[in-house]
Amino acid sequence: MISLAGRDILHSWGKFVFTGMGLGLLIGVTLSMAGIYRGLVEDATMLLDNSRADLWVVQQDTLGPYAESSTIPDDVYRSILAMEGVTKASNVTYLTMQVRHDGGDVRAMVVGVVPGGPGEPGQPTFLTAGRHITRGHYEAVADVKTGFRLGQEIRIRRNVFTVVGLTRRAVSSGGDPMVFIPLKDAQEAQFLKDNDAIVRSRRRTAENPAFNRPVPGLLDAVIASQSANANVNAVLVRLAPGRPPGDVAADIRRWTRLEVYTRTQMEEILVQKLVATSARQIGMFLVILSVVSAAIVAFIIYTLTLGKIREIAVLKLIGTRNRTIAAMILQQAMGLGLIGFVVGKIAATLWAPIFPKYVLLLPGDAARGFAAVMVICALASVMAIRAALKVDPAEAIGG
Amino acid sequence: MIRATSRKTVVLTAILGLLGAAFLFVAMRSGPLAPVPVVVAEVKDMAVRPSLFGIGTVEARFTHAIGPTAAGRVRILSVHVGDRVEAGQVLGEMDPVDLDERLAAQNAALDRAAAAVRAADAQVAELRARATYARSQAGRFESLAESGAVSRDSLEARRQEFAVAESGLAAALASAESARHEHERLRSEGEGIARQRDTVRLVSPASGLVTRRLADPGTTVVAGQAVLEVIDPDSLWVNARFDQLRAAGLGAGLPARLVLRSRAGEVLPGRVLRVEPVADSVTEELLAKVVFEHLPDPLPPVGELVEVTVDLPALPPAPTIPGSSVQRDGQTLGVWLAENGEIRFAPVELGPGDLDGMVQVRSGLRSGQQVVSHSKSPLTARSSIRIVDRIEGGAK
Repeated sequence: MISLAGRDILHSWGKFVFTGMGLGLLIGVTLSMAGIYRGLVEDATMLLDNSRADLWVVQQDTLGPYAESSTIPDDVYRSILAMEGVTKASNVTYLTMQVRHDGGDVRAMVVGVVPGGPGEPGQPTFLTAGRHITRGHYEAVADVKTGFRLGQEIRIRRNVFTVVGLTRRAVSSGGDPMVFIPLKDAQEAQFLKDNDAIVRSRRRTAENPAFNRPVPGLLDAVIASQSANANVNAVLVRLAPGRPPGDVAADIRRWTRLEVYTRTQMEEILVQKLVATSARQIGMFLVILSVVSAAIVAFIIYTLTLGKIREIAVLKLIGTRNRTIAAMILQQAMGLGLIGFVVGKIAATLWAPIFPKYVLLLPGDAARGFAAVMVICALASVMAIRAALKVDPAEAIGG
Repeated sequence: MIRATSRKTVVLTAILGLLGAAFLFVAMRSGPLAPVPVVVAEVKDMAVRPSLFGIGTVEARFTHAIGPTAAGRVRILSVHVGDRVEAGQVLGEMDPVDLDERLAAQNAALDRAAAAVRAADAQVAELRARATYARSQAGRFESLAESGAVSRDSLEARRQEFAVAESGLAAALASAESARHEHERLRSEGEGIARQRDTVRLVSPASGLVTRRLADPGTTVVAGQAVLEVIDPDSLWVNARFDQLRAAGLGAGLPARLVLRSRAGEVLPGRVLRVEPVADSVTEELLAKVVFEHLPDPLPPVGELVEVTVDLPALPPAPTIPGSSVQRDGQTLGVWLAENGEIRFAPVELGPGDLDGMVQVRSGLRSGQQVVSHSKSPLTARSSIRIVDRIEGGAK
């Protein structure tokens, strides 16, 4: 049996293939938009995966440390560590800032981690090059997205750090790449004032008669206490296997008078509060793109059908059944959709890495996209089929 | 016609085939089916030389804070910061207020006391002569009375004169003694004031370098407050701090490498002099004093930051892996073993490591095995891998 659709496609294959490719690029944009949305959500949860914690202990009445600033004393972790069900508790600081390096600066989230063995809370989960931080000061592990190279010297506030390791997909909820440095350096970077501020503060203190009294050492002690700050942003807690996070969180909340979030609550904060507006924005674009794609597919198929209306009239004249004509148009629409999807998927995969923010193309999204394209093509062909069936066979011989 | 149709079919099939192949390629190179590029490292039997890293500040071993022992006003300071001073050199002076006048008064009183001693001595001499004369008179009258030449009454009178002269002499001797003690007391007091006068001079107890001048002439300072600070520049050492988490093995005598903040490219040899018996419990750091093998020239400023790397003795050879290969699966530490193009998680027990990130393995691995040291994404038991020399975006 001769495939009518196949014969027709073969007849004007160039038009068909190029139309399919054009459609494919549109589908590619739609798939990329879905990928951008997924990437946004993934960036938010990646932060949680990277911190490898079960609980986050932060300042009371804050949504810290990612959605709101949080400051707690750095010795709180000891009392948390003593609680039942807690196996690890590590201090951590987060600070989004410009990291200077030779010839420019990069916006990055500087994470201060306790230098510990591999897999400690807060440490990067895996490396793509180099090694972990082994010295207690002046070493950094950076995300490849920062563009830093191994051995490169970078400047964070007043200290120069050497990049000893590179990681991948260690990003903040905003998509800024992370730079991991030892906790004590990070505390200094975050909480210690700059030199000018320190000098001004020293002068102010020295001019204050309450502090500058003839008591040996008093002024020095006051200045030292003003310059020191023993704070961190959060404590990352890892629980013993089988311990319900809610119970331990309630214990910590009760005895340390601090706020504690579980992984589920943190995801809620990050996904629903932090990236919700951006995600909705992209979601709106996705819906509009889908509608536009559907309209364009319908328009293309309708135009293609109208283009061969005389041939259809001839077919009708020679007694071809309506079902055969409808099947031909449907098959062509589906074929167009298939080519479009394949081209779209290829295009989306190829251009995804070029995007400045992470584009996550999930196989599930691709499958859903394929189903949607097929349904849209089938629906779009309905109008064309209607037009084809209404053709008067007399048109084939008419002027 | 047939030929044209078949050519169209071939072209269309070729285009569709190419699209299909590209789609397959894309599906296999991205998403869950794509193999993860990994870099592998061989487990090697090697000796690891652990090192400890800490930071410290240059400090002087001996610091002399020179100031008055009593409250007063600074009168003169004859040295400035950076001046070299000798032991015993007078560096300045506090205002002595009335000490000089009191010393003069004391000297005058001492002279007066000396005159009083001399007067008392003269009085003793006079009374001694009187007593001698009275004794001889009494002796003479004794013999005269025996012969009856003088009356008993006269003898008694001479005896009484003699007793009075004796008493007078005793009283004069006592007065002379008292005057001498008074003189002694005044002399001691004078010495005391003179010593007090000496303490207002600010004298360097040792040879060294003036590092601080904390008050200028005219400033009132309290007892014990430092006016000048003198250090011994030849006794500079580094007060270093080491993270307690990684300070196992720190001990006196270990060789150290010192890098001064201002001379980043220069490594100076040093040695751990002692580990302090008291650690800092707040910062969780061990404190140690590290000395330079040879003092750098020019001398580093006191307070400059120093990076200290202490080399511990090398450990016996054992299977060693890069620290980047160690992963955590739940509560278990382990590595991904790469065997025949597949990966398997192997729990390991880690030993000590060095500052270059190499870690010895106590159990779980043997030399010659291949472990995944770097990967492009996190690995799971179902991941397929592709071994590469380096991962895109990061140097090996």
